[in-house]
Amino acid sequence: MTLTIALVAVLGIALAAGLFALNRARQLRGASAGAAGRLNSLPTYHAFYVALWAALPALAFLAIWSPVQSGLVERTVLSSPAGKALPPFDLQRDTIMAEARDIATGRREVGFNPQSAGLAPIYAVSITHFATIGGGLAILIALGAAVLAMRRIKVDFRARSGVERWMMGALVGASLIAILTTLGIVLSLLFESLRFFQLVSPREFLFGTTWSPQTALRADQAGSSGAFGSLPLFWGTAFIGAIIAMIVAIPLGLMSAIFLTQYAPARARAWFKPILEILAGVPTVVYGYFAALTVAPAVRDFGLSIGISSASSESALAAGLVMGIMIIPFVSSMADDSIAAVPQAMRDGSLALGATKSETIKKVVLPAALPGVVGGVLLAVSRAIGETMIVVMAAGLSANLTANPFESVTTVTTQIVQLLTGDQEFDSAKTLAAFALGLALFVITLILNLIALRFVRRYREAYE
Amino acid sequence: MNKAAASTRWTDGSTKALLARRYGAERRFRLFGLIAVGLSLGFLAFLLITMMWSGLSGFTRSEVRLTIDLPRSDVMLDPAALAGPQATQVVAAAGLDAVLEQAAVVRYGPTAAELIGGGSVRSLGEQLIDDPGLLTRRAEYWVPMSAKGDVAAKGDGDPAIETLVARAEADGAVRRRFNSGFLEASDATDPSAVGVWGALKGSFLTIVVTMLLAFPVGVLSALYLEEFAARNRWTDAIEVSINNLAAVPSIIFGLLGLAVFLNFMHLPRSAPLVGGLTLALMTMPVIVIAGRNAIKSVPPSIRDAALAVGASRMQVVFHHVLPLALPGILTGTIIGMARALGETAPLLMIGMRAFIATPPHGITDPATVLPVQIFLWSDEVGRGFVEKTSAAIIVLLVFMLLMNGLAIYLRNRFERRW
Repeated sequence: MTLTIALVAVLGIALAAGLFALNRARQLRGASAGAAGRLNSLPTYHAFYVALWAALPALAFLAIWSPVQSGLVERTVLSSPAGKALPPFDLQRDTIMAEARDIATGRREVGFNPQSAGLAPIYAVSITHFATIGGGLAILIALGAAVLAMRRIKVDFRARSGVERWMMGALVGASLIAILTTLGIVLSLLFESLRFFQLVSPREFLFGTTWSPQTALRADQAGSSGAFGSLPLFWGTAFIGAIIAMIVAIPLGLMSAIFLTQYAPARARAWFKPILEILAGVPTVVYGYFAALTVAPAVRDFGLSIGISSASSESALAAGLVMGIMIIPFVSSMADDSIAAVPQAMRDGSLALGATKSETIKKVVLPAALPGVVGGVLLAVSRAIGETMIVVMAAGLSANLTANPFESVTTVTTQIVQLLTGDQEFDSAKTLAAFALGLALFVITLILNLIALRFVRRYREAYE
Repeated sequence: MNKAAASTRWTDGSTKALLARRYGAERRFRLFGLIAVGLSLGFLAFLLITMMWSGLSGFTRSEVRLTIDLPRSDVMLDPAALAGPQATQVVAAAGLDAVLEQAAVVRYGPTAAELIGGGSVRSLGEQLIDDPGLLTRRAEYWVPMSAKGDVAAKGDGDPAIETLVARAEADGAVRRRFNSGFLEASDATDPSAVGVWGALKGSFLTIVVTMLLAFPVGVLSALYLEEFAARNRWTDAIEVSINNLAAVPSIIFGLLGLAVFLNFMHLPRSAPLVGGLTLALMTMPVIVIAGRNAIKSVPPSIRDAALAVGASRMQVVFHHVLPLALPGILTGTIIGMARALGETAPLLMIGMRAFIATPPHGITDPATVLPVQIFLWSDEVGRGFVEKTSAAIIVLLVFMLLMNGLAIYLRNRFERRW
């Protein structure tokens, strides 16, 4: 709690120092108007310069101190007599410590474990102790930096460049976050996957055809050794996302784009295009519910009525159909862009030779726009195979290698959700498998995106 | 060239037939296009109508009228206690459920006890607190039915209870009322008592965290990339990673959040803070891409003019370029936020799927968000949850529509064409 006070104090110091500097710079401007030359920067820049110097180093210190402090507090509490009496078993000890911390900071009244009540006062004392040290240091840093910065306020001091250096730092820092995120994704997926591949061989993972991630609780348990052959998952993903969904989305999306760009009057286009895009804005959980509640039973009944006795209520067809509907606006807007980029002269040439509109579209416009359309379709596939909620809610959990759309298949994303939402310890092969699947999914979508972008770019260059 | 053949081609009608075929193909092609648009819009309409159809009844509840003679019942309630601060606890402990069940059984037979649920008891208690005078006389009360009775009254329950409800309806003892509890309550195990308030509050907190993190970072990096970055390998790396992040499946961000925020940094599970952080990483690239397009469309003459009167590059950017690009950036931001609001998968990964019956008070309290709530209810077996799920979907869609509408309004109102 006291660190919060230190935070407020630092901000207060920065504000006060800023106001003081503003005042001082204004006086300088008044005094320097005649004799010593003009004030180099506006008074507000002087104020910001001082305030930033007062606040930022101290805040950085607090940000570093806060995890250090919790470590120090924990060590002090554990080395106290009551702390030494705690059970050595990690999980239980951590629970008691967490409860004691919550009691000490006033977040709860009583804990489930009686020991936590005894630990709480020790916790409170040592938190106050270390927070006073850290907070005091932070306030000293803020004051010191403010004084140093204040001494630099002179008529010819370039306060604006100083402030702009800080701003430039913020700009660069903000854009580095994108790289850090990418690195974070790659590293966390790689790290956990490597641990998974120490337990399961990569060959089994990539080429195995049995998927049953239930690992044994006891060594002598029968039939639960756990098999991590991911081939059925990738087949299921491709079957739903790249085959069934695309059979729906490509014709509908492409023909919609052709109709809206080539045939529909401008008025109709202005209305239909945004309405079509609503389809892309509907949350995927809504599609998932729609697929599970309405489409899946209908598909099963249809399957049974045409004599497919294995028709499942979690069929690949239901999930794929709904996913296809979701992808339509995506395909259509990509196709729209590519068709619009075909030069009008090509179209006019074909029409002037006597071709009908549809002949022009089929024989001139589409072949010219094809790379762009293919790129768009690849992006759509990449989006479809990464889609989670529809398949979690409408596709099944049984890993089948089947080409029968009425049967149930499972997908990579479904399994990731399934593996990570139960209660289990974090180190089991089961949970680590989710990260290996995630890595595979990341790599596949990355490759698809890179190929698609290359297609689109090359195509754009051809007509520019 | 064979003159005779050429003349016959134009006179024997084969050219006309060919032309007719070609025009036929043209008409068919056009028709296919129309069918494609029609089908796509039809799907949309079907989806929305299905949700409306099954969801609107979730906003209403069925109430039943019962006659109860409290002075002659076993209930011992002190009118003074009803006025006190503990009134809610007092009535909850008074055994009103037995009285209600008895009243229903006396009127409609032994199975009628099924019509009474937790909601009925709470409602009767509230009516007594409002008017303690009821304790002294025989009176008629309207109380909401149990989930089973409610489903039956809406024509979807088990047959025995449906006939029961039909008999009560013949008496004029059943009515439909707006279920204000659905917007005020949180998750519960009894479908007649659930509400979306807790999930809405969780969604709000999560979106606020997302916005506070993603908007400044996104705008600053868009400004850097468009206005300052030199063409070098660093800039290329930043650009490539932003473009890729925009296309990474959302569940991967969930895995990142799980590995980094929960297992490495030990932030609290299922808190809006972690959800917001995860969604911010996901939304940031969207804002950067929208922001760069908006900044690009500010004409260079503005920059040149500002530079010419002595502004520094930083002043040019923050005093002139950013304000002019802001409407475009905001439009992109709102669309990104709407997407974050509807996102489910990454939040499942960071544990936002627990049963949480109290609305969160801060960004570190356990919470759930509206899409996850929809997902959780869709898994419930009780019949009463079907209409509640659809009703929650309607609430979510209304919010999405509002946000997208705001984005369109901003674009039309403030965007300038140079």
